[in-house]
Amino acid sequence: MVTYIIRRLIGAVILLFIVSVIIFGIFFVIPRLTGATAESLASRYVGRTASQEQVEAAAHRLGFTDPLPVQYGRWVKGIFVGADYNYGPGVEHCPAPCLGYSFINRRPVLPDILDRMTVTLSLAVGAAIIWLFFGVATGIVSALRRGSIFDRSAMATALAGVSLPIFFTGIVALTLFSYGTPFRITAPGGSFTPITENPGLWAYDLILPWITLAFLFAATYARLTRAGMLETMHEDYIRTARAKGLTDRRTIFVHGLRSTLTPIITVFGLDVGLLLGGAVLTESTFSLPGLGKYAIDAINDQDLPPVMGVTLAATLFVVFANLIVDIVYGIIDPRVRLG
Amino acid sequence: MSTAVSSDALLQVRDLEKHFPITKGLLRRKVGAVQAVDGVSFHVHKGETLGLVGESGCGKTTTGRLLTRLLEPTGGSIKFEGKDISHVSQGRMRPLRRDMQMIFQDPFSSLNPRHTVGTIVGAPFRIQKVETPNGIKRAVQDLLALVGLNPEHYNRYPHEFSGGQRQRIGIARTLALRPKLIIADEPVSALDVSIQAQVVNLLDDLQTELGLTYVVIAHDLSVVRHISDRVAVMYLGKIVELADRDTLYANPMHPYTNALISAVPVPDPVRRDKAQRERILLVGDVPSPIDPPSGCHFRTRCWKAQDICAAEEPPLVPKTDDQAHTVACHFPVFPVVPTQASAPASS
Amino acid sequence: MSTSTSFTVDRTSGGGPSTSFLELRELRIHFPTDDGVVHAVDPVSFRLERGKTLGIVGESGSGKSVTSLGILGLHNRRNAKVSGEIWLDGTEIVGAAPDTVRLLRGKKMAMIFQDPLSSLHPYYSVGWQIIEAYRTHNKVSKQVARKHAVDMLGRVGIPRPERRVDDYPHQFSGGMRQRAMIAMALSCDPDLLIADEPTTALDVTVQAQILDLMRDLQAEFNSALIIITHDLGVVAELADDILVMYGGKGIEYGSAREIFERPEHPYTWGLLGSMPRLDRTRTERLIPIPGTPPSLINLPSGCAFHPRCRYADRTNGLSYTEVPELVSSGGAHPTRCHLTAQQRREYFETDIKPNLELA
Repeated sequence: MVTYIIRRLIGAVILLFIVSVIIFGIFFVIPRLTGATAESLASRYVGRTASQEQVEAAAHRLGFTDPLPVQYGRWVKGIFVGADYNYGPGVEHCPAPCLGYSFINRRPVLPDILDRMTVTLSLAVGAAIIWLFFGVATGIVSALRRGSIFDRSAMATALAGVSLPIFFTGIVALTLFSYGTPFRITAPGGSFTPITENPGLWAYDLILPWITLAFLFAATYARLTRAGMLETMHEDYIRTARAKGLTDRRTIFVHGLRSTLTPIITVFGLDVGLLLGGAVLTESTFSLPGLGKYAIDAINDQDLPPVMGVTLAATLFVVFANLIVDIVYGIIDPRVRLG
Repeated sequence: MSTAVSSDALLQVRDLEKHFPITKGLLRRKVGAVQAVDGVSFHVHKGETLGLVGESGCGKTTTGRLLTRLLEPTGGSIKFEGKDISHVSQGRMRPLRRDMQMIFQDPFSSLNPRHTVGTIVGAPFRIQKVETPNGIKRAVQDLLALVGLNPEHYNRYPHEFSGGQRQRIGIARTLALRPKLIIADEPVSALDVSIQAQVVNLLDDLQTELGLTYVVIAHDLSVVRHISDRVAVMYLGKIVELADRDTLYANPMHPYTNALISAVPVPDPVRRDKAQRERILLVGDVPSPIDPPSGCHFRTRCWKAQDICAAEEPPLVPKTDDQAHTVACHFPVFPVVPTQASAPASS
Repeated sequence: MSTSTSFTVDRTSGGGPSTSFLELRELRIHFPTDDGVVHAVDPVSFRLERGKTLGIVGESGSGKSVTSLGILGLHNRRNAKVSGEIWLDGTEIVGAAPDTVRLLRGKKMAMIFQDPLSSLHPYYSVGWQIIEAYRTHNKVSKQVARKHAVDMLGRVGIPRPERRVDDYPHQFSGGMRQRAMIAMALSCDPDLLIADEPTTALDVTVQAQILDLMRDLQAEFNSALIIITHDLGVVAELADDILVMYGGKGIEYGSAREIFERPEHPYTWGLLGSMPRLDRTRTERLIPIPGTPPSLINLPSGCAFHPRCRYADRTNGLSYTEVPELVSSGGAHPTRCHLTAQQRREYFETDIKPNLELA
């Protein structure tokens, strides 16, 4: 088991390395290939009003004229020990770990990311718990009552949930439950209260985004669980369990569910990992100040470093989630860890 | 190590070996090998049927895959029609595959469910770019008739056929290019008893009609006895006994062959008690092919084992006047010499 | 011979409780599907006493496995229509409440399945699964149950059971896995054990070991054993009585000796003729049964076997129109065939027996 985990860890590290090269390629190499020069890159950092000499000087000082591998090395080094950005009129210091420095906002990217993280984390984890519970429960009941009215309506609803985009369901939800209708249950979004300040308010602000996001995922999980359950319940070992005289409940929950849930858990880990990188559409729809919104705003402002920072952070979460999922799989399935 | 081989053998296998490496640890170091096939030698003449018999893990399926070069041997040689094909590239193998075909065990998974029967049986013509006098469709329909299927079912899908019919489709596909040698890997074990008999008879008829040579791999001793001219018994990657069919079943010399034959349940309740008393029950499990016992692989379960069996691997040689009957054992079971009066009448 | 009298088949349901340990009366199991009703078992009747072994022989689609699952009550009530009677030690099962039947499962009747790798849960250790079986029917502590599990594993011949009890199914070899499954089935000391193709997936030397084990255990526990198989060799080894099934019906029912020495039904003749056998001199050709087993949705009219029977035209057309009953006549054991006992005897002596003869 230990070798299994260590091998996965090493794989994760190598993967992060490869991904960092790819991110570097996207943000630094591809613009070059499409005709950008060191100066045009530097101009993004110094703003539109700088003179030509200032831009050239900035290009040199910011290192855009150096060979690419050197730039890569400097960038990676900056992540670990911090970097100084000398753009001409002054030097901006970006403490370690430095994920980039936003010249438009005039501050390092990392603190903003951490700030926004709490919002995304609250959104993702809350929605995850809701969708896991409802999705799996619905899937189980559908599978056991296959063909019934519950099954058919649940799967139809699930189909809707999977097909309707979040910005649609989100706006519908806001219209129904927030703006000027008799059901003014919840806030119109846009505000976020940290859980440490006021748990009640925290939940109140998030309940609508939670439910909307959860609806989307619960639909997928209901279908997955139903399919997995139907397949598992036809396995030979379920027949053996019944033949031993076990109650239906025990057969389903102890024998059937464990096998069904294994692939669901892996998908769950990956989904949450991806979501932590920024639930862009949900945050935009509900105006929540999370990572996704941060990235979108940066893109609109043509501010590169935050986008890079978010990409790097999101990748980190996904790789980490994959690692956790691999390890959990090894724990659940003895065939994997005992070979 | 093998007995004298005449040079007109269609297939000649010498000291064939296939070891699958096992890796462990972070760096995937090779820590051992699964010795699936561990020094196998035999030959097959044109027109005859060699049966390869043994239980799971003996290496017979791997041997079959090696013969058709679906796997590459890690040692030894395979000669087909005198040409050494042991390490020939897959590109150079392709033309040879017209002459050497395989029938697979599972009629349910060896046919592509998305292809019609016509496509499946016609595929060899297309792959090998072979011209047929009246078109591929005609050739396919002839093949279907040859194996006892209705040529009009050309456009049906595999799922519309029964297991026995699907196996016939597989056989038709195998015969498309009129191969010289057919390796049949458990051709009837997935079929019901009454269907097995149909397919066995079919294989027999086809052999006579088309002059085919078979290597039949099976675990069912009764079926092998019916089809084969000569039989080789395998245990843990080695051939332990090789003889003409009648000789092997009448006078098995190797202890394992004896145990194997005595283990087959006798469909005769009257003789049941007698059979049970005479049955040789082997103790324990087959050892792992990763770490086979030294010397003779069978010694850990053999009631005749002595010290020499652990020290020295017995060679596959004749131990009686019958030069064609070879056995790899230091203490073979010698047959009781029958008296003239009890010679069985021919069937 | 008078052995046939023990095989009278009671064709009337509701004839009062059975005097046998296990009796099936006209058991029918149908599955309504979109393509039509599958007459999987239609009908089957037999009797079995403690300490005896019944072999149910048939090919795929004969209904033998469906019958055994029906005895255990494992069919889903929504999918299957079960009618007829099953009497187990005085209790009628078909009409009983599901929970009553559930409590009998594992305790009074147990089953071992064909493929022990897929029939054991891959995520739980073998010991855990045996303990679960035991504790379902016995109120004991985990320690007591564990000791019992170790005992059972030792009883079935698994070496070092105290260590192997925590191993997972995939860590056992095929033969050992099947032994473990037998240990689990026997853990609550059932009176009836049903073995559905228990050795089909095993090597022949391992099969011999397992059959030997089952014989010993049956003697020790004095249980009734039903062995379901397509292998006539296996059934000859173990069974006292044999029921041959075809197309969902029992078509021949007698003692093992009778079935092998004086088989009555043309299908049984076909089975015996199509088997290659080690104890006979080799015949030049096997004699297969022409055609294929019937569809259970669209069974042939009349006798289900008639499309494949070379004697179908000797019954004055009855084979095509009328389903024969399972009756004994002329001193023979019950057979479901329109041919008279005399005709069958004649054909057997002239056509069949010479081809099955020892040289």
